[in-house]
Amino acid sequence: MCGNIPQKVGKMILSAENIKKSYGGREILKGISLSIAKGELKVLIGPSGAGKSTLLQCLNFLVMPDEGDVWLEGKKVNHAKKRDLYAFRQQVGMIFQDFNLFDHLSALENVKIGLVRVRGMDKKAATERAMAELERVGLSNHADHYPAQLSGGQKQRVSIARALAMDPKVMLLDEPTSALDPELIGEVLAVVRDLVANGMTMIMATHQIGFSRAMADEIIFMENGLIVEQGPPLKILSNADCERTREFCSRVTDLYGEAERA
Amino acid sequence: MHESIATVISALPYMLEGALVTIVVVLGAMLFGLALGVPLAVGQVYGGRVLKRLIGFYVWFFRGVPLLVLLFLFYFGFCNLVGLNLSAFAVAIIVLGLISSAYQSQIFRGAILSLPAGQFNAARALGMSDSRTILSIILPQALRLSIPGWSNEYSIVLKDSAVTFALGVAEIMARTHFVASRTYQHLPLYLAAGLIYLALTYFGIKGLRILEQKVRIHGYVR
Repeated sequence: MCGNIPQKVGKMILSAENIKKSYGGREILKGISLSIAKGELKVLIGPSGAGKSTLLQCLNFLVMPDEGDVWLEGKKVNHAKKRDLYAFRQQVGMIFQDFNLFDHLSALENVKIGLVRVRGMDKKAATERAMAELERVGLSNHADHYPAQLSGGQKQRVSIARALAMDPKVMLLDEPTSALDPELIGEVLAVVRDLVANGMTMIMATHQIGFSRAMADEIIFMENGLIVEQGPPLKILSNADCERTREFCSRVTDLYGEAERA
Repeated sequence: MHESIATVISALPYMLEGALVTIVVVLGAMLFGLALGVPLAVGQVYGGRVLKRLIGFYVWFFRGVPLLVLLFLFYFGFCNLVGLNLSAFAVAIIVLGLISSAYQSQIFRGAILSLPAGQFNAARALGMSDSRTILSIILPQALRLSIPGWSNEYSIVLKDSAVTFALGVAEIMARTHFVASRTYQHLPLYLAAGLIYLALTYFGIKGLRILEQKVRIHGYVR
Protein backbone atom coordinates (compact mmCIF):
# COMPACT_ATOMS: atom_id res chain seq x y z
CA MET A 1 0.00 0.00 0.00
CA CYS A 2 1.48 3.33 -0.95
CA GLY A 3 0.33 6.91 -0.56
CA ASN A 4 -2.31 6.14 2.07
CA ILE A 5 -3.29 9.18 4.09
CA PRO A 6 -4.45 8.74 7.69
CA GLN A 7 -8.02 9.87 8.19
CA LYS A 8 -9.52 12.19 10.78
CA VAL A 9 -13.05 11.58 11.98
CA GLY A 10 -13.56 15.05 13.45
CA LYS A 11 -15.01 17.50 10.93
CA MET A 12 -15.92 14.92 8.37
CA ILE A 13 -19.48 14.40 7.13
CA LEU A 14 -18.99 10.68 6.79
CA SER A 15 -16.14 8.49 7.98
CA ALA A 16 -15.57 4.79 7.94
CA GLU A 17 -12.88 2.90 9.83
CA ASN A 18 -11.49 -0.48 9.12
CA ILE A 19 -14.52 -1.85 7.24
CA LYS A 20 -14.20 -5.59 6.70
CA LYS A 21 -16.57 -7.93 4.94
CA SER A 22 -16.31 -11.56 3.93
CA TYR A 23 -18.68 -13.74 1.98
CA GLY A 24 -18.33 -17.46 2.50
CA GLY A 25 -14.73 -17.24 3.60
CA ARG A 26 -13.74 -14.88 0.79
CA GLU A 27 -12.63 -11.51 2.04
CA ILE A 28 -14.19 -8.79 -0.12
CA LEU A 29 -13.19 -5.84 2.05
CA LYS A 30 -9.96 -6.21 4.02
CA GLY A 31 -10.16 -3.15 6.23
CA ILE A 32 -11.10 0.05 4.44
CA SER A 33 -10.97 3.48 6.04
CA LEU A 34 -12.08 6.65 4.36
CA SER A 35 -13.73 9.92 5.17
CA ILE A 36 -15.27 12.77 3.28
CA ALA A 37 -15.66 16.44 4.17
CA LYS A 38 -18.58 18.67 3.30
CA GLY A 39 -18.94 19.45 -0.38
CA GLU A 40 -16.34 16.95 -1.51
CA LEU A 41 -16.67 14.47 -4.34
CA LYS A 42 -14.58 11.36 -3.90
CA VAL A 43 -14.45 8.88 -6.71
CA LEU A 44 -13.81 5.16 -6.22
CA ILE A 45 -12.12 3.44 -9.11
CA GLY A 46 -10.80 -0.04 -9.50
CA PRO A 47 -11.38 -3.26 -11.40
CA SER A 48 -14.66 -5.09 -10.93
CA GLY A 49 -14.45 -7.31 -7.89
CA ALA A 50 -12.33 -4.73 -6.10
CA GLY A 51 -15.10 -4.26 -3.54
CA LYS A 52 -16.28 -0.76 -4.51
CA SER A 53 -19.93 -1.70 -4.54
CA THR A 54 -19.70 -3.71 -1.32
CA LEU A 55 -17.92 -0.80 0.34
CA LEU A 56 -20.65 1.66 -0.65
CA GLN A 57 -23.31 -0.72 0.60
CA CYS A 58 -21.45 -1.19 3.87
CA LEU A 59 -21.36 2.57 4.34
CA ASN A 60 -25.15 2.68 4.79
CA PHE A 61 -25.43 -0.88 6.11
CA LEU A 62 -27.35 -2.33 3.19
CA VAL A 63 -24.60 -4.87 3.63
CA MET A 64 -23.65 -5.37 7.27
CA PRO A 65 -19.87 -5.10 7.66
CA ASP A 66 -18.25 -7.83 9.73
CA GLU A 67 -16.01 -5.25 11.37
CA GLY A 68 -15.55 -1.52 11.39
CA ASP A 69 -17.52 1.58 12.23
CA VAL A 70 -19.16 4.44 10.40
CA TRP A 71 -19.48 7.99 11.68
CA LEU A 72 -21.92 10.59 10.44
CA GLU A 73 -20.89 14.13 11.37
CA GLY A 74 -18.66 12.79 14.12
CA LYS A 75 -21.33 10.56 15.64
CA LYS A 76 -20.82 6.84 15.53
CA VAL A 77 -23.71 5.03 13.88
CA ASN A 78 -25.29 2.42 16.12
CA HIS A 79 -26.56 0.16 13.35
CA ALA A 80 -27.71 -2.54 15.75
CA LYS A 81 -30.51 -0.24 16.87
CA LYS A 82 -33.19 -0.18 14.18
CA ARG A 83 -34.39 3.33 14.91
CA ASP A 84 -30.86 4.75 14.67
CA LEU A 85 -30.15 2.77 11.54
CA TYR A 86 -33.29 4.02 9.76
CA ALA A 87 -32.58 7.61 10.85
CA PHE A 88 -29.01 7.30 9.57
CA ARG A 89 -30.07 5.90 6.20
CA GLN A 90 -32.49 8.81 5.69
CA GLN A 91 -29.48 11.12 5.74
CA VAL A 92 -27.46 9.08 3.27
CA GLY A 93 -28.79 9.05 -0.28
CA MET A 94 -27.99 6.04 -2.40
CA ILE A 95 -27.96 5.74 -6.18
CA PHE A 96 -27.77 2.27 -7.69
CA GLN A 97 -26.33 1.03 -10.94
CA ASP A 98 -29.68 -0.43 -11.99
CA PHE A 99 -31.83 2.44 -10.65
CA ASN A 100 -34.13 0.30 -8.50
CA LEU A 101 -37.16 2.50 -9.00
CA PHE A 102 -40.40 1.20 -7.54
CA ASP A 103 -42.09 -0.23 -10.63
CA HIS A 104 -45.67 0.22 -9.44
CA LEU A 105 -45.27 3.94 -8.74
CA SER A 106 -45.09 6.86 -11.14
CA ALA A 107 -41.98 9.04 -11.23
CA LEU A 108 -43.70 11.51 -8.90
CA GLU A 109 -44.83 8.80 -6.49
CA ASN A 110 -41.33 7.30 -6.47
CA VAL A 111 -39.94 10.60 -5.25
CA LYS A 112 -42.88 11.20 -2.90
CA ILE A 113 -43.03 7.87 -1.10
CA GLY A 114 -40.00 8.48 1.11
CA LEU A 115 -41.35 11.87 2.11
CA VAL A 116 -44.78 10.50 3.00
CA ARG A 117 -43.92 7.07 4.38
CA VAL A 118 -40.58 7.77 6.03
CA ARG A 119 -40.61 11.45 6.94
CA GLY A 120 -44.35 11.59 7.54
CA MET A 121 -44.84 14.69 5.44
CA ASP A 122 -48.43 15.47 4.46
CA LYS A 123 -49.35 14.54 0.92
CA LYS A 124 -49.72 18.02 -0.50
CA ALA A 125 -46.37 19.28 0.76
CA ALA A 126 -44.74 16.03 -0.38
CA THR A 127 -46.18 16.44 -3.89
CA GLU A 128 -44.80 19.97 -4.11
CA ARG A 129 -41.39 18.90 -2.88
CA ALA A 130 -41.30 15.90 -5.20
CA MET A 131 -42.23 18.06 -8.19
CA ALA A 132 -39.44 20.47 -7.29
CA GLU A 133 -36.93 17.62 -7.21
CA LEU A 134 -38.15 16.28 -10.56
CA GLU A 135 -37.83 19.80 -11.94
CA ARG A 136 -34.24 19.87 -10.67
CA VAL A 137 -33.34 16.77 -12.68
CA GLY A 138 -35.28 18.06 -15.69
CA LEU A 139 -38.16 15.59 -15.50
CA SER A 140 -41.14 17.58 -14.24
CA ASN A 141 -42.93 16.83 -17.51
CA HIS A 142 -42.51 13.10 -16.89
CA ALA A 143 -44.05 13.08 -13.42
CA ASP A 144 -46.92 10.74 -14.38
CA HIS A 145 -44.72 8.30 -16.26
CA TYR A 146 -44.10 4.89 -14.78
CA PRO A 147 -40.58 3.44 -14.68
CA ALA A 148 -41.36 1.10 -17.57
CA GLN A 149 -42.18 4.17 -19.67
CA LEU A 150 -38.86 5.90 -18.99
CA SER A 151 -35.45 5.54 -20.61
CA GLY A 152 -32.50 4.38 -18.53
CA GLY A 153 -31.16 7.90 -18.19
CA GLN A 154 -34.55 9.20 -17.11
CA LYS A 155 -34.91 6.40 -14.58
CA GLN A 156 -31.55 7.24 -13.06
CA ARG A 157 -32.49 10.91 -12.85
CA VAL A 158 -35.75 9.97 -11.07
CA SER A 159 -33.74 7.89 -8.63
CA ILE A 160 -31.47 10.87 -7.99
CA ALA A 161 -34.55 13.05 -7.38
CA ARG A 162 -35.88 10.38 -5.01
CA ALA A 163 -32.65 10.47 -3.00
CA LEU A 164 -32.44 14.29 -3.04
CA ALA A 165 -35.98 14.66 -1.70
CA MET A 166 -34.80 13.19 1.61
CA ASP A 167 -32.27 16.05 2.06
CA PRO A 168 -29.30 13.71 2.38
CA LYS A 169 -26.09 14.96 4.00
CA VAL A 170 -24.06 12.72 1.76
CA MET A 171 -24.80 10.66 -1.32
CA LEU A 172 -23.35 7.32 -2.36
CA LEU A 173 -23.41 6.64 -6.09
CA ASP A 174 -22.72 3.09 -7.17
CA GLU A 175 -21.71 3.23 -10.83
CA PRO A 176 -24.71 5.38 -11.74
CA THR A 177 -23.99 5.30 -15.47
CA SER A 178 -22.76 1.74 -15.95
CA ALA A 179 -26.13 0.34 -17.02
CA LEU A 180 -26.80 3.14 -19.50
CA ASP A 181 -26.47 3.34 -23.25
CA PRO A 182 -23.57 5.62 -24.15
CA GLU A 183 -25.78 8.42 -25.41
CA LEU A 184 -27.69 8.53 -22.10
CA ILE A 185 -24.64 8.77 -19.84
CA GLY A 186 -24.27 12.49 -20.45
CA GLU A 187 -27.67 13.47 -19.05
CA VAL A 188 -27.00 11.65 -15.78
CA LEU A 189 -23.47 13.04 -15.45
CA ALA A 190 -24.89 16.51 -16.05
CA VAL A 191 -27.18 16.07 -13.05
CA VAL A 192 -24.27 14.85 -10.90
CA ARG A 193 -22.19 17.81 -12.07
CA ASP A 194 -25.03 20.05 -10.96
CA LEU A 195 -24.99 18.43 -7.53
CA VAL A 196 -21.25 19.06 -7.24
CA ALA A 197 -21.81 22.68 -8.16
CA ASN A 198 -24.45 22.92 -5.43
CA GLY A 199 -22.04 21.57 -2.83
CA MET A 200 -23.47 18.07 -2.36
CA THR A 201 -21.10 15.69 -0.58
CA MET A 202 -20.69 12.51 -2.61
CA ILE A 203 -18.80 9.26 -2.87
CA MET A 204 -19.11 7.76 -6.32
CA ALA A 205 -17.89 4.54 -7.83
CA THR A 206 -17.47 4.99 -11.56
CA HIS A 207 -15.42 4.17 -14.62
CA GLN A 208 -16.01 7.66 -16.06
CA ILE A 209 -12.39 8.75 -15.87
CA GLY A 210 -12.85 12.00 -17.80
CA PHE A 211 -15.66 13.05 -15.48
CA SER A 212 -13.60 12.13 -12.42
CA ARG A 213 -10.60 14.06 -13.63
CA ALA A 214 -12.71 17.18 -14.06
CA MET A 215 -14.95 16.95 -11.01
CA ALA A 216 -13.42 14.84 -8.23
CA ASP A 217 -11.57 16.25 -5.24
CA GLU A 218 -9.94 12.93 -4.73
CA ILE A 219 -9.71 9.61 -6.51
CA ILE A 220 -9.43 6.42 -4.50
CA PHE A 221 -8.04 3.40 -6.28
CA MET A 222 -9.20 0.09 -4.84
CA GLU A 223 -8.18 -3.44 -5.62
CA ASN A 224 -8.76 -6.78 -3.89
CA GLY A 225 -10.66 -5.21 -1.02
CA LEU A 226 -8.00 -2.64 -0.17
CA ILE A 227 -7.32 1.00 -0.96
CA VAL A 228 -4.17 0.93 -3.04
CA GLU A 229 -3.73 4.64 -3.41
CA GLN A 230 -5.67 7.86 -3.09
CA GLY A 231 -5.03 11.45 -4.04
CA PRO A 232 -5.97 14.32 -6.33
CA PRO A 233 -7.17 13.22 -9.80
CA LEU A 234 -4.19 14.60 -11.68
CA LYS A 235 -1.75 12.72 -9.52
CA ILE A 236 -3.64 9.42 -9.51
CA LEU A 237 -4.45 9.50 -13.20
CA SER A 238 -1.14 10.61 -14.60
CA ASN A 239 1.51 10.36 -11.92
CA ALA A 240 0.52 7.66 -9.44
CA ASP A 241 2.99 6.28 -6.94
CA CYS A 242 1.94 2.69 -7.38
CA GLU A 243 2.71 0.77 -10.51
CA ARG A 244 -0.65 -1.03 -10.28
CA THR A 245 -2.57 2.28 -10.15
CA ARG A 246 -0.75 3.59 -13.22
CA GLU A 247 -1.45 0.40 -15.11
CA PHE A 248 -5.19 0.46 -14.29
CA CYS A 249 -5.58 4.17 -15.01
CA SER A 250 -3.92 4.01 -18.36
CA ARG A 251 -6.16 1.11 -19.33
CA VAL A 252 -9.46 2.74 -18.32
CA THR A 253 -8.40 6.04 -19.80
CA ASP A 254 -7.92 4.30 -23.11
CA LEU A 255 -11.34 2.69 -22.78
CA TYR A 256 -13.52 5.38 -21.29
CA GLY A 257 -11.41 8.50 -21.34
CA GLU A 258 -12.08 9.80 -24.81
CA ALA A 259 -15.86 9.56 -24.95
CA GLU A 260 -16.77 11.88 -22.11
CA ARG A 261 -14.23 14.60 -22.61
CA ALA A 262 -16.86 16.08 -24.92
CA MET B 1 -86.65 -36.00 -23.52
CA HIS B 2 -89.49 -33.69 -22.64
CA GLU B 3 -89.59 -35.10 -19.20
CA SER B 4 -85.89 -34.56 -18.58
CA ILE B 5 -86.04 -30.95 -19.76
CA ALA B 6 -89.08 -30.36 -17.62
CA THR B 7 -87.30 -31.83 -14.59
CA VAL B 8 -84.27 -29.64 -15.11
CA ILE B 9 -86.41 -26.53 -15.60
CA SER B 10 -88.41 -27.15 -12.49
CA ALA B 11 -85.29 -27.99 -10.47
CA LEU B 12 -83.30 -25.06 -11.80
CA PRO B 13 -84.37 -22.38 -9.28
CA TYR B 14 -83.56 -24.79 -6.47
CA MET B 15 -80.17 -25.58 -8.00
CA LEU B 16 -79.37 -21.92 -8.64
CA GLU B 17 -80.02 -21.19 -5.00
CA GLY B 18 -77.33 -23.78 -4.43
CA ALA B 19 -75.08 -21.86 -6.82
CA LEU B 20 -75.50 -18.86 -4.53
CA VAL B 21 -74.36 -20.98 -1.58
CA THR B 22 -71.40 -22.22 -3.64
CA ILE B 23 -70.44 -18.64 -4.51
CA VAL B 24 -70.53 -17.57 -0.87
CA VAL B 25 -68.49 -20.59 0.22
CA VAL B 26 -65.90 -20.05 -2.51
CA LEU B 27 -65.59 -16.29 -1.98
CA GLY B 28 -65.42 -16.78 1.78
CA ALA B 29 -62.72 -19.44 1.43
CA MET B 30 -60.72 -17.38 -1.08
CA LEU B 31 -60.79 -14.27 1.10
CA PHE B 32 -59.95 -16.26 4.23
CA GLY B 33 -57.13 -17.88 2.26
CA LEU B 34 -55.94 -14.46 1.09
CA ALA B 35 -55.95 -12.99 4.59
CA LEU B 36 -53.96 -15.94 5.88
CA GLY B 37 -51.89 -16.61 2.76
CA VAL B 38 -50.28 -13.16 2.57
CA PRO B 39 -48.73 -13.22 6.06
CA LEU B 40 -47.73 -16.86 5.52
CA ALA B 41 -45.90 -15.92 2.32
CA VAL B 42 -44.22 -12.90 3.92
CA GLY B 43 -43.16 -15.05 6.86
CA GLN B 44 -41.79 -17.72 4.58
CA VAL B 45 -39.75 -15.25 2.53
CA TYR B 46 -38.54 -12.84 5.21
CA GLY B 47 -38.97 -14.73 8.48
CA GLY B 48 -36.37 -16.47 10.61
CA ARG B 49 -35.48 -20.12 10.36
CA VAL B 50 -38.00 -21.36 12.90
CA LEU B 51 -40.86 -19.40 11.37
CA LYS B 52 -39.97 -20.62 7.89
CA ARG B 53 -39.96 -24.17 9.13
CA LEU B 54 -43.33 -23.80 10.87
CA ILE B 55 -44.93 -22.30 7.78
CA GLY B 56 -43.36 -25.00 5.64
CA PHE B 57 -45.01 -27.58 7.89
CA TYR B 58 -48.38 -25.83 7.68
CA VAL B 59 -48.23 -25.71 3.87
CA TRP B 60 -47.10 -29.32 3.65
CA PHE B 61 -49.97 -30.42 5.90
CA PHE B 62 -52.79 -28.59 4.14
CA ARG B 63 -51.54 -29.41 0.68
CA GLY B 64 -50.95 -33.02 1.57
CA VAL B 65 -54.15 -34.18 3.26
CA PRO B 66 -57.20 -34.72 1.03
CA LEU B 67 -60.03 -32.23 1.32
CA LEU B 68 -62.59 -34.85 2.30
CA VAL B 69 -60.37 -36.10 5.12
CA LEU B 70 -59.89 -32.57 6.41
CA LEU B 71 -63.62 -31.83 6.24
CA PHE B 72 -64.51 -34.92 8.27
CA LEU B 73 -61.57 -34.42 10.60
CA PHE B 74 -62.66 -30.88 11.35
CA TYR B 75 -66.43 -31.29 11.34
CA PHE B 76 -66.85 -34.64 13.11
CA GLY B 77 -63.53 -34.79 14.91
CA PHE B 78 -62.10 -31.46 15.92
CA CYS B 79 -65.39 -29.61 16.49
CA ASN B 80 -66.67 -32.38 18.72
CA LEU B 81 -63.42 -32.62 20.61
CA VAL B 82 -63.36 -28.96 21.65
CA GLY B 83 -67.16 -28.67 21.84
CA LEU B 84 -67.35 -26.20 19.00
CA ASN B 85 -70.81 -26.05 17.47
CA LEU B 86 -70.16 -24.85 13.95
CA SER B 87 -72.51 -25.27 11.01
CA ALA B 88 -71.43 -27.38 8.04
CA PHE B 89 -71.49 -24.16 6.01
CA ALA B 90 -68.99 -22.45 8.33
CA VAL B 91 -66.74 -25.52 8.46
CA ALA B 92 -66.76 -25.67 4.65
CA ILE B 93 -65.52 -22.07 4.43
CA ILE B 94 -62.89 -22.57 7.15
CA VAL B 95 -61.47 -25.82 5.79
CA LEU B 96 -61.46 -24.69 2.16
CA GLY B 97 -59.93 -21.40 3.36
CA LEU B 98 -57.17 -23.12 5.32
CA ILE B 99 -56.27 -25.28 2.33
CA SER B 100 -56.46 -22.31 -0.02
CA SER B 101 -54.21 -20.26 2.29
CA ALA B 102 -51.53 -22.93 1.89
CA TYR B 103 -51.77 -22.80 -1.89
CA GLN B 104 -52.15 -19.01 -2.03
CA SER B 105 -49.11 -18.52 0.20
CA GLN B 106 -47.06 -20.29 -2.45
CA ILE B 107 -48.52 -18.11 -5.21
CA PHE B 108 -47.58 -14.97 -3.25
CA ARG B 109 -44.19 -16.36 -2.28
CA GLY B 110 -43.37 -16.96 -5.93
CA ALA B 111 -44.53 -13.46 -6.82
CA ILE B 112 -42.45 -11.86 -4.04
CA LEU B 113 -39.36 -13.80 -5.08
CA SER B 114 -39.82 -12.79 -8.70
CA LEU B 115 -39.52 -9.08 -7.82
CA PRO B 116 -36.09 -7.56 -8.42
CA ALA B 117 -34.25 -7.57 -5.08
CA GLY B 118 -32.90 -4.08 -5.67
CA GLN B 119 -36.19 -2.41 -4.83
CA PHE B 120 -35.95 -3.64 -1.25
CA ASN B 121 -32.49 -2.12 -0.98
CA ALA B 122 -33.69 1.13 -2.52
CA ALA B 123 -36.48 1.37 0.05
CA ARG B 124 -34.07 0.59 2.89
CA ALA B 125 -31.69 3.23 1.58
CA LEU B 126 -34.50 5.78 1.97
CA GLY B 127 -34.70 4.84 5.65
CA MET B 128 -37.83 2.76 5.27
CA SER B 129 -38.39 0.01 7.83
CA ASP B 130 -38.62 -3.56 6.58
CA SER B 131 -42.30 -3.90 7.46
CA ARG B 132 -43.15 -0.61 5.74
CA THR B 133 -41.19 -1.73 2.68
CA ILE B 134 -43.12 -4.99 2.54
CA LEU B 135 -46.45 -3.14 2.84
CA SER B 136 -45.76 -0.23 0.50
CA ILE B 137 -43.32 -1.63 -2.05
CA ILE B 138 -43.32 -5.42 -2.12
CA LEU B 139 -46.95 -6.45 -1.60
CA PRO B 140 -48.56 -3.96 -4.04
CA GLN B 141 -46.42 -5.46 -6.79
CA ALA B 142 -46.52 -9.07 -5.63
CA LEU B 143 -50.32 -9.08 -5.36
CA ARG B 144 -50.65 -7.76 -8.90
CA LEU B 145 -48.37 -10.51 -10.16
CA SER B 146 -50.44 -13.06 -8.23
CA ILE B 147 -53.71 -12.49 -10.06
CA PRO B 148 -53.07 -15.06 -12.83
CA GLY B 149 -52.18 -17.65 -10.19
CA TRP B 150 -55.23 -16.57 -8.27
CA SER B 151 -57.60 -17.37 -11.12
CA ASN B 152 -56.14 -20.85 -11.19
CA GLU B 153 -56.71 -21.15 -7.46
CA TYR B 154 -60.27 -19.88 -7.87
CA SER B 155 -61.21 -22.58 -10.35
CA ILE B 156 -59.74 -25.24 -8.05
CA VAL B 157 -61.55 -23.98 -4.92
CA LEU B 158 -64.78 -23.74 -6.91
CA LYS B 159 -64.58 -27.39 -7.91
CA ASP B 160 -63.40 -28.45 -4.44
CA SER B 161 -66.48 -26.80 -2.97
CA ALA B 162 -68.57 -29.60 -4.50
CA VAL B 163 -66.98 -31.99 -2.00
CA THR B 164 -68.54 -30.10 0.91
CA PHE B 165 -71.83 -31.72 -0.04
CA ALA B 166 -70.52 -34.64 2.03
CA LEU B 167 -71.12 -32.48 5.13
CA GLY B 168 -74.58 -31.56 3.88
CA VAL B 169 -73.83 -28.01 2.79
CA ALA B 170 -76.75 -27.07 0.53
CA GLU B 171 -74.63 -26.09 -2.45
CA ILE B 172 -75.04 -27.04 -6.13
CA MET B 173 -73.89 -30.63 -5.83
CA ALA B 174 -75.96 -31.46 -2.73
CA ARG B 175 -79.12 -30.06 -4.28
CA THR B 176 -78.56 -31.79 -7.61
CA HIS B 177 -77.97 -35.06 -5.83
CA PHE B 178 -81.16 -34.56 -3.83
CA VAL B 179 -83.32 -33.89 -6.91
CA ALA B 180 -81.70 -36.67 -8.94
CA SER B 181 -82.26 -39.29 -6.30
CA ARG B 182 -85.98 -38.45 -6.29
CA THR B 183 -86.61 -38.03 -10.02
CA TYR B 184 -84.05 -40.50 -11.42
CA GLN B 185 -83.12 -37.92 -14.08
CA HIS B 186 -79.40 -38.20 -13.32
CA LEU B 187 -78.04 -37.43 -16.76
CA PRO B 188 -79.76 -34.09 -17.45
CA LEU B 189 -79.49 -32.90 -13.87
CA TYR B 190 -75.76 -33.54 -13.46
CA LEU B 191 -75.24 -32.11 -16.92
CA ALA B 192 -77.00 -28.96 -15.75
CA ALA B 193 -74.89 -28.91 -12.57
CA GLY B 194 -71.72 -29.21 -14.66
CA LEU B 195 -72.87 -26.31 -16.82
CA ILE B 196 -73.46 -24.14 -13.75
CA TYR B 197 -69.90 -24.87 -12.55
CA LEU B 198 -68.54 -24.07 -16.01
CA ALA B 199 -70.43 -20.78 -16.04
CA LEU B 200 -69.14 -19.88 -12.57
CA THR B 201 -65.58 -20.69 -13.65
CA TYR B 202 -65.99 -18.59 -16.77
CA PHE B 203 -67.34 -15.51 -15.01
CA GLY B 204 -64.90 -15.75 -12.10
CA ILE B 205 -61.87 -15.96 -14.35
CA LYS B 206 -63.25 -13.21 -16.56
CA GLY B 207 -63.69 -11.03 -13.48
CA LEU B 208 -60.13 -11.65 -12.39
CA ARG B 209 -58.87 -10.90 -15.90
CA ILE B 210 -60.68 -7.55 -15.76
CA LEU B 211 -59.17 -6.88 -12.32
CA GLU B 212 -55.74 -7.72 -13.70
CA GLN B 213 -56.17 -5.19 -16.50
CA LYS B 214 -57.52 -2.57 -14.11
CA VAL B 215 -54.58 -2.67 -11.72
CA ARG B 216 -51.97 -3.20 -14.42
CA ILE B 217 -48.83 -1.11 -14.04
CA HIS B 218 -48.52 1.26 -16.98
CA GLY B 219 -45.99 0.30 -19.59
CA TYR B 220 -45.12 -2.84 -17.67
CA VAL B 221 -44.59 -5.89 -19.83
CA ARG B 222 -43.95 -9.30 -18.43
